[in-house]
Amino acid sequence: MNLPVLKAADFASDQDVRWCPGCGDYSILAQMKKVLPELGFPREKTVFISGIGCSSRFPYYMNTYGMHSIHGRAPTFATGLKTTRPDLMVWVITGDGDALSIGGNHFIHALRRNLDINIVLFNNRIYGLTKGQYSPTSTEGQVTKSTPMGSIDHPLNPLSVAIAAEATFVARSIDAHVKHLEMTLKRAANHKGVSLVEVYQNCNVFNDGAMSYAQDRKQRPENTIELEHGKPLIFGTERDKGIQMIGNRLEIVKTADVAVDDLLIHDEKTPDPALHFMLSRMRYPEFPEPIGVFRDVQGIPTYDDQINDQIVQAREKKGQGDLQALLNAGDTWEVA
Amino acid sequence: MDSSTESPNHTIEQVSGITVRLAGDSGDGMQLLGTQLTNTSALAGNDVATFPDFPAEIRAPRGTRAGVSGFQVQFASEEIFTPGDTLDCLVVMNPAALVTNLGDLRKGGILVVNEDGFIEKEFKLAKLDKNPLEDEILESTYRVVKVSMTKLTRAAVAEHGLSVKLADRCKNFFAMGLVYWLFGRSLEPTLRFIEAKFGRLPEVAQANESALRAGWAFGETTEAFGISYRVDAAELNPGTYKNVMGNQAMAWGLLAAAELSGKEMFYGSYPITPASDILHELTKFKNFGVRTFQAEDEIAAVCATIGAAFGGTMGVTASSGPGIALKAEAMGLGMIMELPMLVVNVQRGGPSTGLPTKTEQSDLLQVMFGRNGESPLPILAPQSPGDCFAVAVEAWRLAVECMTPVVILSDGYIANGSEPWKIPDVASIEPIVVKHPEGQSADGDPFMPYQRDENLARPWAIPGTEGLMHRIGGLEKEDGTGNVSYDPANHQHMTDTRAQKVAMIADRVPEQELFGAESGDVLVVSWGGTYGACHTAVQRCQQAGLSVSHAHVRYLNPLPRNLGTMLKQFKTVLVPELNMGQLRMLLRHHYLVDCIGVNKVQGKPFTVTELVEAIRDQACVGKDCTVVDKILKIRVG
Ligand SMILES: Cc1ncc(C[n+]2csc(CCOP(=O)(O)OP(=O)(O)O)c2C)c(N)n1
Ligand code: SF4
Repeated sequence: MNLPVLKAADFASDQDVRWCPGCGDYSILAQMKKVLPELGFPREKTVFISGIGCSSRFPYYMNTYGMHSIHGRAPTFATGLKTTRPDLMVWVITGDGDALSIGGNHFIHALRRNLDINIVLFNNRIYGLTKGQYSPTSTEGQVTKSTPMGSIDHPLNPLSVAIAAEATFVARSIDAHVKHLEMTLKRAANHKGVSLVEVYQNCNVFNDGAMSYAQDRKQRPENTIELEHGKPLIFGTERDKGIQMIGNRLEIVKTADVAVDDLLIHDEKTPDPALHFMLSRMRYPEFPEPIGVFRDVQGIPTYDDQINDQIVQAREKKGQGDLQALLNAGDTWEVA
Repeated sequence: MDSSTESPNHTIEQVSGITVRLAGDSGDGMQLLGTQLTNTSALAGNDVATFPDFPAEIRAPRGTRAGVSGFQVQFASEEIFTPGDTLDCLVVMNPAALVTNLGDLRKGGILVVNEDGFIEKEFKLAKLDKNPLEDEILESTYRVVKVSMTKLTRAAVAEHGLSVKLADRCKNFFAMGLVYWLFGRSLEPTLRFIEAKFGRLPEVAQANESALRAGWAFGETTEAFGISYRVDAAELNPGTYKNVMGNQAMAWGLLAAAELSGKEMFYGSYPITPASDILHELTKFKNFGVRTFQAEDEIAAVCATIGAAFGGTMGVTASSGPGIALKAEAMGLGMIMELPMLVVNVQRGGPSTGLPTKTEQSDLLQVMFGRNGESPLPILAPQSPGDCFAVAVEAWRLAVECMTPVVILSDGYIANGSEPWKIPDVASIEPIVVKHPEGQSADGDPFMPYQRDENLARPWAIPGTEGLMHRIGGLEKEDGTGNVSYDPANHQHMTDTRAQKVAMIADRVPEQELFGAESGDVLVVSWGGTYGACHTAVQRCQQAGLSVSHAHVRYLNPLPRNLGTMLKQFKTVLVPELNMGQLRMLLRHHYLVDCIGVNKVQGKPFTVTELVEAIRDQACVGKDCTVVDKILKIRVG
């Protein structure tokens, strides 16, 4: 078949993009538009479903099918759509407030069901759309419009939650790290099963620079660590530091002091979530924060496949449903 | 009691109808007994109506009044619409069941007692200080038959080698056999049931069969009763019948709607009494292409349903009041997205968790107004268990024709009640035509997702269709293009259009039907599950010479186009509802007609008697009703 070759521009809708100038959302939109043509998947079979928040305006800007739903519930709309239309590629676009606060429940359940959808969580550690209240990922002590004396909530780590729910694909990327983001989105799209990509996204209006330690090109090598399957965990501008498992804890060591083989080797394929969970606990400033794919477990049946398999099985066993026969079955009697 | 004949050792009396209630501890199998008696009576050609009544607790404390489970059935040789007001026969397994149910047994009625359940320990549990059987009034008021059911059952099943515990479980089958003998019912259907249900446990199956037969033999040989009763088959419309429960008929109606529209069904729900049985029933039909989704909560259930509807599937979600409260925001979204789907509310007693296993009709205003913003939705209500089938089909037809979510208001009484149901010929039901716009070249004219047809419905364009890419969502849309719009005039226009779209449904559904004369003293206006009691009460009052008619409203939003004029032809409009006046409020609002309510929220359906009295009181204002009262007294009994 001769599919037309699409370009990024083909995925742009005719709507004006209305995020604040400088918002990290623009970069994510741009990378998405770049990745989609490379997947070779028809535009009309691609659906974006979002909740509510700045990031959730995303579907309006894509020339695909889309649904801007209600706050926190995007994964549930995706569940109904994907289980009935497994032929579609479904993306969920959500924010940290959307996915983890009001939608925390649905977030966990979509992940543990292993629905074959891709969730992109724009994490700016703030509520953008409602103008600057703290979010479930805001840091302790963070001063916001609703926490003038500092937030007293312990932040929730979305990747820890996702790994605990045994999501089959879990990754993190950064709005400003465009190549990395592009690669990560592409890998997520190609994963069969649920995928979660947390993207550090700068809200330059209400939380500017909150993640500059990772976004800033100069600081990034010291403060993040890029995960690669089968490779040892090494980081630093000079690539002079690594992560070693000592006892049952992860520790930063100097590469000069240990053999490369003694460093932790990343295994994204293992179904056991324990190590992936430990990686997700590595937080700045004590640790460099891992970016890339934490977990890409393959061969786990998806929810949509299974629900549809049961239909096939039921039909094999009982034949296609015959409504009149069903109504006529059982104890009946005639009135003449 | 109509006529009697003699049999060798007892009298057989021919009667037109019998109301029986079986009551015991919730572990005693009363629901099973009641269901079997109902099915057997239906198979014998009687018209039947049932009212199961059980505690909200799964294992309510044994022997206590709170733990009493009852099942009432009326079977008759004429058409009936309710499970009956007063009991002709009451079967009780323990003291708690006796004291909580005796008030409903008519004077001279038969009281069958499991004597073995009347022991010291049980009196304490039932909070009684002495044996209620020793009360002399009992024997003088009722025909009391004391049977040592537990002992007789143990003896009957002894040969099957069951433990005492298992043997005692068979005593509901003993009671069943006895009741079957009393009313001349065939054992065959229940023997078939035992085989099907317990066939894999031969000892249990055989023991239950022995207990059933022993109960029958006890009636036949002991002359404890001296009399038994017969009820002839009822004259129903010709056809093939089966007995259905409301939730079952709802599930089948949904299946029919799917088939008639050439769609597969997605059913998203979260368990809640009394709606869960629809989910249980639909899970059996995966071979019909039904995808059931037990969601993490009601919000997920309705949202997943909207997702499925967006994809072109027939989406259905169901719940009860508390769950509908959670679904409200998404129902508003479905409304503004203008997607077809069904939301079933099987009402229970409220507010909040309320009375989960009891019936009420108090969610009408919830589904009518319980959403933010101007958010009109069509609402339909079935009137009886079997009617759920037709309403499900009708609701889906309206949903796709008008591109809107439609609400179905059932209730616990309908959901768990049963009645003989004439099996429809599905092929003769008018198909439901679903149109999805066809694809077009991506370079063609821009697709207009909010362009409307003659029903003001927008196109149901589904993902996967080339060239029709569009975005829907909760933000207000510009008519036609579907682009997000904050334009004040557009919001007004869209609000008006959505309201008009729903209002226009009145032009395409049948006019309100009237039972009785077109004008007169009293018009009874009812909706939903109170149909049977209202209809029977109106019938009785008409026969007694009162000027009363009955309008039972199936379409609650929009209301039928002729209803306003109809109301104005009567001196008094009487609105019985199992709520504090919700339809009454709507009628007053719409038609500026003063309506009088008959309102009750006791977790129980109306009795015919209380409605007859309410109608009589209105129809007799300023009149001499001595003759009527005489007739009514006789008829009301
Ligand atoms: C039921 C409901 N509650 C509250 C809101 C208000 N609200 C809209 S977006 C939002 C938070 C969004 O934060 P986040 O998900 O982090 O997205 P961002 O705007 O930062 O992209 C809130 C509280 C709403 N729209 N609906
Ligand atoms: S408020 Fe923040 S997140 Fe929202 S658009 Fe502006 S910069 Fe972006």
